[in-house]
Amino acid sequence: MLSKIVRTISDQLILFILIYGLYIIIHGHVTPGGGFQGGAVIASGVVMMIVAFGSGEIKKSLRERHLSVVESSGALIFIGMAFAGMGTLFFYNFLVGTPVFGGIPPTGPNPGDVWTGGVIPLMNFGVGLKVSAGLSAVILAMALFSRGEETEE
Amino acid sequence: MEFLTVHSPALVVAVPLLAAFITPLISRIGNKFRDTVNVTFLSFAAFLMAVLAVDIYTSGTRIYTFGATVPELAIPEHYMVPVRIIFQVDGISIFMGLTTTVVALAALVYSLQFVKDETGQDRFYSLFMILYVGMVGLEFTGDMFNMFVFLEILSIAGAGLASYRVNLADAVEGGFKYIVISAISALLVLFAIGILYGEYNLLSIAALAHNMQFTTLDMIALALLGIAFVMKLAGVPLHMWAPDTYAVAPAGITPMIYTSSAASMYALYRITFTLYGGHFDTTAIGWIVIILGVLSMFIGVMMAIHQTDIKRLMAYHAISQSGYMLLGVGVGLAVLTDPVALAAYGRDAMNGGIFHIINNALYKGMLFLTAEAIFFRIGTRDLNRMGGLGHNMKWTTIFFIIGALAISGIPPFNGFASKLLIYESVFRFNPLLSVIAMFVSLVTLASFTKVFYSAFTGPEMSAYKEVREVPKSMLIGMGVMAAAIIFFSIFPGLVVNTIVAPATNALIDQASYINGVMGAVP
Amino acid sequence: MMPYIPYNIPFVAVALLMGVSLFIILFKRNLIKIIMGIAIMGAAVNLFVVALGYRAGGVAPIYTSTPEGAMVLPVPQALILTSIVIAVSVIALMLTMVIHTYRHTGDIDAKKSRLLKG
Repeated sequence: MLSKIVRTISDQLILFILIYGLYIIIHGHVTPGGGFQGGAVIASGVVMMIVAFGSGEIKKSLRERHLSVVESSGALIFIGMAFAGMGTLFFYNFLVGTPVFGGIPPTGPNPGDVWTGGVIPLMNFGVGLKVSAGLSAVILAMALFSRGEETEE
Repeated sequence: MEFLTVHSPALVVAVPLLAAFITPLISRIGNKFRDTVNVTFLSFAAFLMAVLAVDIYTSGTRIYTFGATVPELAIPEHYMVPVRIIFQVDGISIFMGLTTTVVALAALVYSLQFVKDETGQDRFYSLFMILYVGMVGLEFTGDMFNMFVFLEILSIAGAGLASYRVNLADAVEGGFKYIVISAISALLVLFAIGILYGEYNLLSIAALAHNMQFTTLDMIALALLGIAFVMKLAGVPLHMWAPDTYAVAPAGITPMIYTSSAASMYALYRITFTLYGGHFDTTAIGWIVIILGVLSMFIGVMMAIHQTDIKRLMAYHAISQSGYMLLGVGVGLAVLTDPVALAAYGRDAMNGGIFHIINNALYKGMLFLTAEAIFFRIGTRDLNRMGGLGHNMKWTTIFFIIGALAISGIPPFNGFASKLLIYESVFRFNPLLSVIAMFVSLVTLASFTKVFYSAFTGPEMSAYKEVREVPKSMLIGMGVMAAAIIFFSIFPGLVVNTIVAPATNALIDQASYINGVMGAVP
Repeated sequence: MMPYIPYNIPFVAVALLMGVSLFIILFKRNLIKIIMGIAIMGAAVNLFVVALGYRAGGVAPIYTSTPEGAMVLPVPQALILTSIVIAVSVIALMLTMVIHTYRHTGDIDAKKSRLLKG
């Protein structure tokens, strides 16, 4: 556990880091970024918390078991979207043209329309869930290992 | 049924993947439920594989384009090259897919009891399914980049499973060796893909083969791919990881990792035959494969003789048996450009080599399972501390005898059928190679006789009086493989004609693979 | 000949990184260093593929903000993104294994922790 200054600032910063990560995930289909990058940003926020507060403290609020559930749900969203396209073909983008994320962006420079891309934003969201939970779990497990503790199971 | 047939190439991969992702969620309900779900999903995948196989053997190569409007639309309108992710399943792909599926089913059923008392079972089943997905994907994929992705998937899952028993120090080390080798080989593959992409702007195997010029850069890429896949399939001289990893992996996983190296062998064949074949004189490459095969055969069996760890011994035999496959197919590759020799003995040699892949996956997989059954009951892999196990573990003994006779090429078992094909055809190519192959087979027999005598025969040892037969699910797992071996032994001709010959044809007939995707482009 | 020099710099870097990584993997005995070697090798390959996709004067391939003119190729970048994702998991797995090795043997020297021989 680090000093009180570091802990207070981390406490404030984590919100911004989470929001930034979410932004990258949600805008994944119109700007550089996406599920993996946003998830990695969120996981880096978890790293900051682990460094500031120590893995023992974080373990109380961030259970590996829960992270594993979030991770699986993210993966399920991703593959569920692929299965949902099976009316035509696996991974078929069935949302194009529908009111949900169905818009087609205008050609040429424009500020970017988030309401486009069909299933891709949803898949990005699933990947984001999976990556943020997965990377956090990996880092948390490693932090606990290096202190010589066993993880739960 | 129509729906299943159309979507089977994708579903075979998607269904186990779904099982892998729901496993951590449903294990809350109960372990028994989770096991049932996993077995059901894998059985369903096996059923789909069978549906796909029937379809391919009746109506030829299947193409599945992900995200398109119709499966065959690999090249959309206004495009000249394939742009989407495609699965292209032909004779050899489905042959490997069937092999993988049989092994995976037996290994999963076997593992049900085996991991019952271990921790982290959810991860075990998730990784098991992902390993299966990696193998099938590697065998089905139609473009180079996904070959890399699936290679990495199977490597990561395989390494995680190999070091599953982290409480054993050697398990971690075996897993570490595997992941290091896998990471290096996968990066070499990616480097080669980069070279090919920079040159042709293409990733699809069919389109690359269509445009192949065989320049110096292509040769470098071929060398990189060759090194990478020989490393992964544990061919001598890049075999050092195999005994360590095979020895420490949990039962059920050793056959899977072994089958995944067979999948790497498939990738090697796919690249030499389909990607590069027809554009250059394959004799030199064929000879390289033959020499690798003979080296693997000979050095593998020689290293096996003096092993005292039963699984390490079998691992060296696994390397040695891979040599037969390389030898058979290498002869086919060497005479690929010579139609007379190809018809006279090249095709038979390839039939033998490819038939040996499935035979070997079955009996070698079963031998690994029996070895681990012994470990499960008496807690050691050291042959010197075993003895008299035949008294209490009757079924395991019977399965071991079947596997040992099959691997040594004793008639009438299936090992004899494929080895005979190899001996006969290789003899006409080069008698010396055939003699070496027969000699290796004899040494294999001697080595397994030694194992049999030291582990199963002799008086009942006082330390092992209480040893019982292994639980039912493990027996069923071994029984599935034994049944397959016996079936293959009784009907070798049928098996060669229905599933092996189409595989050989698919490798030789490069044009039809290319036309499957590039047919629409003039 | 001047304009060619900048194009070759990435490939020179690739060769250097590849050489360094091979040296580390083959001759270092510390397991952490071997992992570093593999990470450097991954970086070399990634740099190679991304550099292949560069077009002179090209801009970033973002659909909604490209002015007229050449874009650099997006496909190699997509491939490398996948490769990076895979590299993360491979390296995490390897590090976990090293932690376990250390806890079993108290050492991360490859020569000393060879339990499996012959």
